[in-house]
Amino acid sequence: MKVSNLAKTRKRSDYFWAYLMIAPTMLGLFIFYLWPIAQNFYFSFTEWGAFGQYEWTGLDNYKRLLEDAALLQAFKNTSIYIIFTVPIGIFLSIVVAVLLNQNIKGKSIYRTLYFLPVITMPAAIAMVWKWLYNADYGMFNYLLSLVGIEGPQWVSDPKIALYSIIAVAIWSGIGYNMVIFLSGLQGIPKMYYEAAEIDGAGPVTVFFKITLPLLSPVIFFVSIMSLIGAFQVFDLIFMMIGKSSTALESTQSIVYLFYQHAFVLNDKGYAAAIAVLLLAVILIITAIQMVLQKKWVHYD
Amino acid sequence: MKKWIIMLLTVVLGVIGLSGCSDNDAASGGGKDGKVEITYGFWDKKQVPAIEEIIKLFNEKYPDIQVKTEITPYGQYFQKLETAATGGALPDVLWMNGAHVVQYAEGKVILPLSEMAEKDNYSLENYPESLIDLYTVGGDIYGIPKDYDTTGLWYNKKIFDEAGVSYPDETWDWEKLKEAAKQLTDKEKGIWGYAALMGNQGGYYDFIWQNGGYIISEDGKSAGFDQPEAIEALGYNVSFIKEGLSPTQAQMTETAASELFSSGKIAMMFDGPWMVPEYKKNPDLDVAVVPQGKKRAVSIHGLSNVISSNTKHKEEAWKFVQFLGSKEAAEVYAKTGTVIPAFNGTQDAWKESVPNLNLQAFIDGAEYSVPLPSVEKTGEIWQYETDVLKKAWSEEISIEEAAEELTKKANEALSK
Repeated sequence: MKVSNLAKTRKRSDYFWAYLMIAPTMLGLFIFYLWPIAQNFYFSFTEWGAFGQYEWTGLDNYKRLLEDAALLQAFKNTSIYIIFTVPIGIFLSIVVAVLLNQNIKGKSIYRTLYFLPVITMPAAIAMVWKWLYNADYGMFNYLLSLVGIEGPQWVSDPKIALYSIIAVAIWSGIGYNMVIFLSGLQGIPKMYYEAAEIDGAGPVTVFFKITLPLLSPVIFFVSIMSLIGAFQVFDLIFMMIGKSSTALESTQSIVYLFYQHAFVLNDKGYAAAIAVLLLAVILIITAIQMVLQKKWVHYD
Repeated sequence: MKKWIIMLLTVVLGVIGLSGCSDNDAASGGGKDGKVEITYGFWDKKQVPAIEEIIKLFNEKYPDIQVKTEITPYGQYFQKLETAATGGALPDVLWMNGAHVVQYAEGKVILPLSEMAEKDNYSLENYPESLIDLYTVGGDIYGIPKDYDTTGLWYNKKIFDEAGVSYPDETWDWEKLKEAAKQLTDKEKGIWGYAALMGNQGGYYDFIWQNGGYIISEDGKSAGFDQPEAIEALGYNVSFIKEGLSPTQAQMTETAASELFSSGKIAMMFDGPWMVPEYKKNPDLDVAVVPQGKKRAVSIHGLSNVISSNTKHKEEAWKFVQFLGSKEAAEVYAKTGTVIPAFNGTQDAWKESVPNLNLQAFIDGAEYSVPLPSVEKTGEIWQYETDVLKKAWSEEISIEEAAEELTKKANEALSK
């Protein structure tokens, strides 16, 4: 009797300390994430006037979502962006990580170089690339002109502007994923490779039979994170595509459309509804990924 | 026991960390040494030297009022203000333009100044009447004018000389502008005769007015983009691109037309006096009055300084606004050649500040100028203009289609 009581008090005070320890983080999480989410959800049922006046309009904003051609276009643009950036980005970062996991000269210099875009501000990256892409003064078209080709208008031509942005996104994302893959690769026990060597397996077989399966939990993590990140693309488009550019319609993402409604047209209720829709789509796709992982992710 | 104290400290420090930002505000407002700090929000980086000098002069008179400047690029300025106004965090004193003043005055986020002006015997007669009208909403004045601007035809003398074309003057009309653009365009050298900018002030507004059209009807209920005069004017604009006399819309978004112009790729373009600080460095450039259409017309617009209604230092803010509107401040603007100061009689000093440019062209424009339309929804209509007209400028849709779509959207906004 006495013993179990003691255990109970002991347990209770443990909980107390545990909660106290995470309280600052919880507080921050609540103030900066959960509360805004709840507010956003509420605002998606309202219509806004100037300077914070709003009124309840029920499902009006959601009805508007269904008829909005610009939203459909934004979903299409974002999908193309995701289809290219996520798989290619993951593939390239695995390749780079595997290469940099070997014993090569100047390994840390290469790692630093690949990681540099990650610590650079996206706005700065966008500005530099915008100039590289510039049709009149840019480096790409200058290089093309040396071999007698007249380069395209990389970021103003509606047909290719989105792909120009995708290229920058892949380039700037490799370093971050590479570091995660590197740590994943280093977690693979050496003895598997030694065993494979004794069995006479070539490097390709080793990669597909050992490296890839054992790396699959990391690939899974990275793919979920990059998918969510790709759904939220905004800064590159905002910085690289001019507001009066004819390529805007064919490049604007869902978040860009959200920004446009919330802060340019001051249509905050509708913008909130777009955000709710985006949240729902991300949740569903992440759930699908969670289900599918059982088929290809090996945890041991 | 010790553990307990550490835990408590962690929590307390966390909370302090969160509220840290608001601590600073309190300190700056209270004024430890009797000094009051007010913030001044504006968008044009080119005017910083003039503004800094004015603040210095202001502090000679009022050493106890410190002014902190906040620059936000024009592209984000009104979005930031809207958010700040909703949260009650506007700068104490800020720049306002004609497109937004009605919305801000009716939203009660900026202060009416009439009463304070009366009390201090502050005369509003020192400024052009059209500007006072622009900032009067419901019988109350909300902003003290700081400057005004009209449109001029900037041109590159070197390109004119090489092509053997005489410089533009007041005899020019639409036909002559087109003809000159043809003579000046040199495909091989990569020189365009004219930049058909997709801008309202100093662009299609000027042309629509010159052609006898209107932007927003007198009663403020409908837009005039689909009127024949406006369609013809918009068509005249785009014809320069169609005929290869102007860079395309895509080219002008890749590289700003003003950059193409100052690097000698464009012979002529419309632009305002705010480009003087930039263009005066280039000896090849000069400016003339804009060509006339059926009649003479240019847009006129001016900025003013307003006080936010959430200011904690109303008295100090008003003192600063009065100073910004004073002859002394106007003379600083005049001397630095930044913009045409609104204070009557200081314009000559502005003109003389840059003798190598024919700045009289801008002052002449004021005579036959039309104020930019200002209704509650102007900002929104401007956004639609960009969205729709860029499709016409890039020849995706016809002028008629664009005019129809734009008028529909604008009318919807006006009826809301």
